[in-house]
Amino acid sequence: MSVKTFHKGGIHPPEEKLTADSPLRELQVPEELSLPLSQCIGAPSKAVVKAGDIVVRGQMIAEAGGFVSAPIHSPVNGTVKKIEGVRNPQGLWQEAIILVPDAENPLADESTPRTKEEIEALSPQDIIKLVNLNGIVGLGGATFPTHVKLSIPEGKYADYILINGAECEPYLTCDDLLMQTEPEKILIGASLIMKATGAKRCIVGIEINKREAIKKMKDAASKFQSIEVQPLKKKYPQGSEKQLIYALTGRTVPAGCLPVDCHCVVDNVATAFAIYEAIYLQKPLMERIVTVTGKDLSGRGNFKVLNGTSLSFLLLNAGGLPENTGKVIAGGPMMGRAVSFPDSPATKGLSGLVVMPLSQSERKESEPCIRCSACVMACPMGLEPYLFMQQAERNYWEDMKGHGVLNCIECGCCSYSCPASRPLLDWIRYGKNMLRKMK
Amino acid sequence: MKLIVSLFPHIHTKDSIPWRMWNVVIALIPALVMSIITFGWDALWVILISIGACLLTEWLITRFLFKEKKFTLLNGSALITGLLLGFNLPSILPWWMIIMGGVVAIGIAKMSFGGLGANIWNPALVGRVFLLLSFPAAMTTWPTGINSPFHQITTGASQAAADASSGATLLTYINNGNTDLSSYNLLDMAIGNMNGSLGEIGGFAIIGGFVWLLLTRVITWHIPVAVVGSAAFFSWVFGGAPILDIFAGGLLLGAVFMATDYVTSPMTHTGQIIYGIMIGFLTIIIRRFSAYPEGVSFAILLMNSFVPLINRYCRPSIFGMKERRKMAV
Repeated sequence: MSVKTFHKGGIHPPEEKLTADSPLRELQVPEELSLPLSQCIGAPSKAVVKAGDIVVRGQMIAEAGGFVSAPIHSPVNGTVKKIEGVRNPQGLWQEAIILVPDAENPLADESTPRTKEEIEALSPQDIIKLVNLNGIVGLGGATFPTHVKLSIPEGKYADYILINGAECEPYLTCDDLLMQTEPEKILIGASLIMKATGAKRCIVGIEINKREAIKKMKDAASKFQSIEVQPLKKKYPQGSEKQLIYALTGRTVPAGCLPVDCHCVVDNVATAFAIYEAIYLQKPLMERIVTVTGKDLSGRGNFKVLNGTSLSFLLLNAGGLPENTGKVIAGGPMMGRAVSFPDSPATKGLSGLVVMPLSQSERKESEPCIRCSACVMACPMGLEPYLFMQQAERNYWEDMKGHGVLNCIECGCCSYSCPASRPLLDWIRYGKNMLRKMK
Repeated sequence: MKLIVSLFPHIHTKDSIPWRMWNVVIALIPALVMSIITFGWDALWVILISIGACLLTEWLITRFLFKEKKFTLLNGSALITGLLLGFNLPSILPWWMIIMGGVVAIGIAKMSFGGLGANIWNPALVGRVFLLLSFPAAMTTWPTGINSPFHQITTGASQAAADASSGATLLTYINNGNTDLSSYNLLDMAIGNMNGSLGEIGGFAIIGGFVWLLLTRVITWHIPVAVVGSAAFFSWVFGGAPILDIFAGGLLLGAVFMATDYVTSPMTHTGQIIYGIMIGFLTIIIRRFSAYPEGVSFAILLMNSFVPLINRYCRPSIFGMKERRKMAV
């Protein structure tokens, strides 16, 4: 079994996959759901319902606000209570549709699966359109609308579909669980992506710490022509698009370009699964698997979460926040955002909630740079984080650009590996922001 | 419940500056033991004075000139400077010279640039070179008839050699135009049974420290291997004996512990190899063609000066940049 990986930089944080063996747990339907209109990269969606409207499960309640945008669907049968501002996990206000689920059968579903003939009759354009109509966005965390990725620009082509099952973030196990339980459906989703983009080959990349998932996916892949499963070494940030493409195909995405420029399209396993559900079952994206975990969280596990469920409801069902909680992270510990407002809703992009004890929540005090080059060695993009920090502290924005700061993928390897605990990534992101503003 | 909010990443490596520095201290222990065995308790005395001078200077400056409340001595950096400075001195140097070296090393070479991470030259070497230029006689007077337990073990030939050198090191002997090296036993050199500065003499002890630093990933192999390899190569080119050039004098100590100082060495592997090769080259040039028998300190300090320049030209290659240029063409 050959095991591949990317060549430049990378780190090996402790795995901490505490919920690797936890089965999928379903939650009660909460008393209220709030679905923010801005759930993906791009324009916010536009509400098409108003207070008092009756909605059914799977009904579109907000339409896409532009090409780079996705609609939002009601995960329950219920009533629209109001449309008002709610706080997102970072505490910022945003518009959301508040739904009250019916007391009886809130999850009753009348949608019918498509027949084999109907599916075979779908053209690539139809698939892309359906992906868009079903509100599918990248579920790895970036929430980029998937139909945009599948629409190959004029004059370009894709020959590889890469399905991302790396799940290199510590703690998270939602993709692992999905691959173990629904390998076939993920691969059907992958073949739909192949059909939509015209790609002839597909590789699923999985890190070798997920042995069961690799086995199940390999078994399933043997029934598909031109889909193969490739084990990957354990290394962060393997799940990053450019690193995954290099690991799986040996191709390099030119700096400043997109995966399609080296004829690849990358999608997460959960996204492929969502595409399967949308096309085969006519079930839009309205729920997902979320890993709720933490060393001291008594009821940690993998949960099936309806879009719009509040984070505090999730945490409560996972045993409640322990006494020593210092921080709650929405997403993985490397790239997730710290939650300041736990009553905010779960959105499409939420892959996990990690509860950190107080002892691990505070940053260490920053010390002077000793030029040990740990950050340079860790950077998967071949950049010089220590230099960017010096430049950012002096407001040398143009110099940062000249040294290629815009290639930074914000994976956090530099800040993680710095023995002096310097906040390298903070300064890099600050510099990138300043450069964006200058444009 | 109050939640802490900070930007990602939310986890951090266990690695830290003190962890790295203390591993360097551990790696220096074999050489310390060797020097005590060879030169007796004088060696320990020299090293303790040197460490004391370095720690005290650093504390006084941070406390009373920088007016910082933070206690920085525990990070081990000043301790290493003290140890390395001591290793670079003969065991019979007067105590006040040692203190002077420590004050120059920490006070001038490190703190005047702003403290940890800001210096251009390796502090211990600046201290040593200051002493060498100020007190050339004292710095090149070695104890005669060194009294080591190995003397009793090894054969009479090396006993005779030790007596014959009577206060001169092997390098002085070569520099004086002597070419007859038959009285020098390679085994003696490797285990430290020869004359020189404290830490220079135990080849195997230093290699042991090197292995420790590699295993704990405090340093990579690039600089030491480049220094030693290039010194051996140029020694051969200029008609010397590569093995003798490696084991004699401070080459190994310099290659493993001083050229690899993070602050004063290049950032990328390419830069580190260029830097190492140049150190080896300059060392041999100085040993062969200058008035000084030993050139490692000068070579490292000279190359320290070039580090910003090396960093400027030896950058890591940005992932995808080559492909991007190809696209433009």
